[in-house]
This record gives sequence, structure tokens and C-alpha cells, in this order.
Amino acid sequence: MDINPILLAAAIMVASTPILLAAIGELVVERAGVLNLGVEGMMITGAVVGFIAAHESESATLGFMGAALGGAAVSVIFGLLTQFLLTNQVATGLALTLFGVGLSALVGQGYDTTTQVTLSKMPIPVLSDIPVLGTVLFRHDTIVYLSLILVAAVFVFLTKTRAGMILRAVGENHEAAHALGYKVRRVRMMAIMFGGACAGLGGAYISLVRVPQWVDNITAGTGWIALAIVVFASWKPWRLLLGAYLFGGVTALQINIQAEGLDIPVEYLSMSPYIATILVLVVLSGGRAPGSLGKIFHASS
Amino acid sequence: MNRRTLLAAGATAAFAAALGAPLRANGKIKVGFIYVGPINDGGWTQHHHHSAKEMVEHFGDAVDFVYQENVPEGPDAERAITQMCLGGADIIFTTSFGFMDPTINVAKKFPNVKFEHATGYKQADNVSVYSARFYEGRAIQGTLAGRVTKTNKVGYIASVPIPEVVRGINSAFIHARKVNPDVEFKIVWIFEWLNPAKEADAAKALIEQGCDVVLQHTDSTAPHAAAKEAGGVYTFGQAADMAEYGPMPRISSIIDNWAPYYIARVQAALDGTWSSVNTWDGISTGMVGIGEISDAVPAEVKAEAEAMRDAIAAGEYHPFTGPINKQDGSVWLADGEIADDGALAGLNFYVEGITGNIPS
Repeated sequence: MDINPILLAAAIMVASTPILLAAIGELVVERAGVLNLGVEGMMITGAVVGFIAAHESESATLGFMGAALGGAAVSVIFGLLTQFLLTNQVATGLALTLFGVGLSALVGQGYDTTTQVTLSKMPIPVLSDIPVLGTVLFRHDTIVYLSLILVAAVFVFLTKTRAGMILRAVGENHEAAHALGYKVRRVRMMAIMFGGACAGLGGAYISLVRVPQWVDNITAGTGWIALAIVVFASWKPWRLLLGAYLFGGVTALQINIQAEGLDIPVEYLSMSPYIATILVLVVLSGGRAPGSLGKIFHASS
Repeated sequence: MNRRTLLAAGATAAFAAALGAPLRANGKIKVGFIYVGPINDGGWTQHHHHSAKEMVEHFGDAVDFVYQENVPEGPDAERAITQMCLGGADIIFTTSFGFMDPTINVAKKFPNVKFEHATGYKQADNVSVYSARFYEGRAIQGTLAGRVTKTNKVGYIASVPIPEVVRGINSAFIHARKVNPDVEFKIVWIFEWLNPAKEADAAKALIEQGCDVVLQHTDSTAPHAAAKEAGGVYTFGQAADMAEYGPMPRISSIIDNWAPYYIARVQAALDGTWSSVNTWDGISTGMVGIGEISDAVPAEVKAEAEAMRDAIAAGEYHPFTGPINKQDGSVWLADGEIADDGALAGLNFYVEGITGNIPS
């Protein structure tokens, strides 16, 4: 066997990070009662903006900041349309994806190059020297750590903080939250922008770290996977982490099994990430969707 | 415009179309291209586009150039090609294997439009097919790979399981084994022509499994970036030279040069001498170019590879010359026997020594 389990485990974390980032953002959006199907569009916008920002400034940090801003900016379009002009969220989200894919191809013209900007690894002192575990967990770049911190932060925010409970209240029953005097639109707009920023980071992770290169449509459907994982994870942060790592893990594993030349038909290997993720999350499921998910809110009704 | 002039104009247009006149009145010809990827993919589509632009430069004002990029293979391609026909294109190049059936279908509806389909095998009165003998370039890559590998493990990122890709794998493997009997191939199928994220993942997995040479039949430069990061891994440019990654990791490349073919075919259409042909050219005509072999390769190995290139160009050597056995050990080509083009066009099995199965 040529598969090195330690390197494989580390590769899994890298492969999973874009999905995890986009999914944790969308989880917050959906817990606030908004269904934004535009994750793919926000990711690809983040990918192109992040790439250009990093390329021009020669700084990976500025690249990721630009990506978060870019993702948030296109999500504001979605927010204005659905929260203030009360458009249908499903249609608007789909439109946002089409818009983002087209916009990124336009903006990215002339940037069909590779980047010399690299995000250096940041081994955590002491911990990275632990045998096996050190290589797997503690020798990554900052964005990988950030994605994990975000998951923990979102969990704490939603379950332990007052602001998080208000956000959930808005998502569960916007009429009641409104009657209690909470600003439904303001909460939702902030959630939407957070989701956009996270999706932008996830996209930039693909164009700046995982590939790293700008090509049209580089996210290639990752946003849809993130959306599906939010639902299958029953809107719970820890299950979402499991789902994203499982998907990334089986994806990386199936490539390794192919390279190993094991006698399993390639078609089964290619579909295995989807099947494994769906199976595990369905078996674990038991949550339900936020009560007001996808419903239009207007203070007069 | 009143209804009468509209009708008259329509009748004139229909009449002109029915005549199938080789040229517009002003001597202009409208040339269309359908691309599977974006024109900035750094590989396959970029080189078709590059060659197309060379053709346009050659003809100058005589050519009206239109193209559509990112056309998915399958039914949607039919819509894109039809639209180009309705837009008045006189000759349309469809540049991916998966456009084969859509091209044939649309060609039936527009008998006066000339079609040129790349890498397929279905011809019609108004549909030519053209392809390049990329396997000739693969023989050179295989030789280089077999010589430079230290781990004796060569990775191969395969795209879509069609004969063209299988030919490439076989050709590279046969020639790597010829110079290095211990070499092994690890093959990963990603089922796409261009997906930088998957290509990067595949390259990283292969490198982590000990491959120090990675060949690719996919179109992006992502595997080169992965190899560069890992260090000490050799790669080859695909479709484009990808020279920006030389001298390491990229040590050579297969370059698609379609420009001479495009110029010849558009010229034929202009002259009214266009007829449906089946073209399969290789190194000898320049359709397959071998990118500069970098200095990272030892001089004697470079000379060996260049000698093979010249022998293939001169017609003295064919990469599929027996004895070659099939994967199951049965004889495919006897000693000295050369594979005929028909067998190569439909090649759907691995040669002896390659492990794993071709997805069906």
C-alpha cells in the first residue's frame, strides 16, 4: 500500500475546508429563516475577488479579506431583493448563482494566470510536534484553523448567547420575534452578509490555496454541496463539521484508492462521497428546518 | 420597412441560402468555433482559440470570427451550434469529443453549413473530422518519465474514458517500460476535461503516494502547481506548452497546433473546394508539437527523446509497434506488427502491465 494515512488525513482537512466555510455561513443564514441558494455564486465571486486582490497586493491575507468583502457584497444584493423588495428567495438565490458565475468570468478576464502568492503553513508550536496528530491537525494554514474556530464560534453563538437566540427566534417565527420588538430585517441582513463572507472565503480557499489559479467556474459546484450539507446536517454546527469532513474525506480517499489501483470500479468510487455523506447524515438526522425558513416577512402582515 | 420589403428581403435571403453560395456577396466568410471550456483554461480550449485567432489574422478582413466558450457537452451543445448556424455561420468548428452527436444532428438540419468536428469519428457530407495523434507525443513523455523517475512510480491524471485518453495512457506506459522495466503507473480518472480543484487533489494524492512524475490528460495547470509545491516532481504541459512552469516541474509538453489546419480548411471554404475529410495528423505535420525539453532532464535522456521525436516525424517509428500484449496477457500486436488506424481509433483496453480497469 502506498497510501500514507497521516498525509491523507491532512489532505482531507484541506479538501474539506472550502465546503465547511461556505456551509457554516449558510447555516447561520438558514437559522435566521432565509434560504439563500446563491452559495455557489457567492463562492465564485469570492474566488475571483480573492485571487485578484492577492495577485495585485501580493498578500494572501488581503486576498482573503477581499474575498470575504466580495462575497458579502453580492449577498447584499440578495438581501435587498428578498428582505426589502420581498422577492421569492428560491428564485433570487438561483439568480444570484447565475449572476455570480457570469460576473466572475467577466471580472476574471486577464487574470488567467497562476499566482505566486502563497499562504504559508502555520504550525502551532508544541502541538505540531506531537507524532501523527501533529501532522494531521496542527500543521495547516490559518484558514483551516479559522474554519474550525468559526464552527465552534457559531455553535457557541447560536446556543449560548442572547444575540444567537434572537437570530434563532427570527428564524423560527418571524411574526413572534417582530411582535417582541426584534428587528427581523436587520438580523436577517446581517446573517445574509455573514453567509456571503463565509462563502467568499471558501471560494478564495479554492483559487488561492487548493489549486491555486484562476479559471472560470473554478468552484465547480462546491456551493451546492455546501447547501446540501446544511440540510442533511439538520442545521446543527457539529453535524455540519462531520458532514463536510466526511464529504471531503471520502473525496480524497477515493482518489487515493484509484491511484492505488484497487479493483473497485471507478464509477462506484466517484459516487462514493455523495452516498457516504447522505447515508451518514440521514442516519444521524432528527432535526427539523427553522420554522420560517424561506418565508417572506413583511411587518404589516 | 413595410411588409413587402420584409418579404422580399426574406425571399432573397432564402434564395441565397438555397443556392448554397460558397461566399457572401462581399467575399466574407463567417467562421464559428464552439469551445468546451473557457478560452483562458491554459490548455485545450485556449489553444484552439489561439489557433483560431492565428487563422483570423491570416485571412484578415475576409473572415468574420465568432465563438462561444463554456458549452457543455451533450444536448445543450445542439442549441449552441444551432444558434451559431442561425447567426449565419458558414463553417463551424466544434472542438470537443462530446460535441460529436450534436454536430451530426445540427448538420442534418443545415446542409449548407460546413462543420468540422475535433477528435470524433462520425463523418457526414458536410461534417469533417480532425484530430491529432497525441499518442506520438505520449511516447516521448513516457520515455522521459521512465528515465527521470527515481521512485519508479508515475502518476497519470486521466480525464474521460474515451479511446483518445486510453491511447495516451498505453503509449506512455509502453515507452516508460521500454526504458525502465520497473516502472509502474498509477491512474486516476476524474471524469472531466477541466476541473482545477479535482486535478489538484488528484496530483497531490499521486505525489503523496510516491509518484515523482505526474502526467495529465486534463487541461489546467493545477497539477503543475501541486508538483511545484511538493518539489522534485516532474510534469508535462498538456495541450499548451505551460512553459511558465519550466524548467521544473514542467520538463516538456505536448502542444496542439491547429492553426495550419484551420487556415487550410477556411481557405478551402473560401475557394469553394471544401469537402468532407477525415484528418489525423501527428508530429510530422506539426499538429502535435513537442515542447522544449528543459535542462532539468539529463542531456543524454533529452537526446534520446529528441531522437524518438525525429524518428516518429520521419515515419521511421510507430509508437504502437509489436510485440505488445493486452492487459490480460493475450497477444495484441505480433513482433514488428504495427497497429492500424481503425484499431487505434477504437482502442478500449490497457496493454499488459497496467493495473486497474478502464471505467466503462
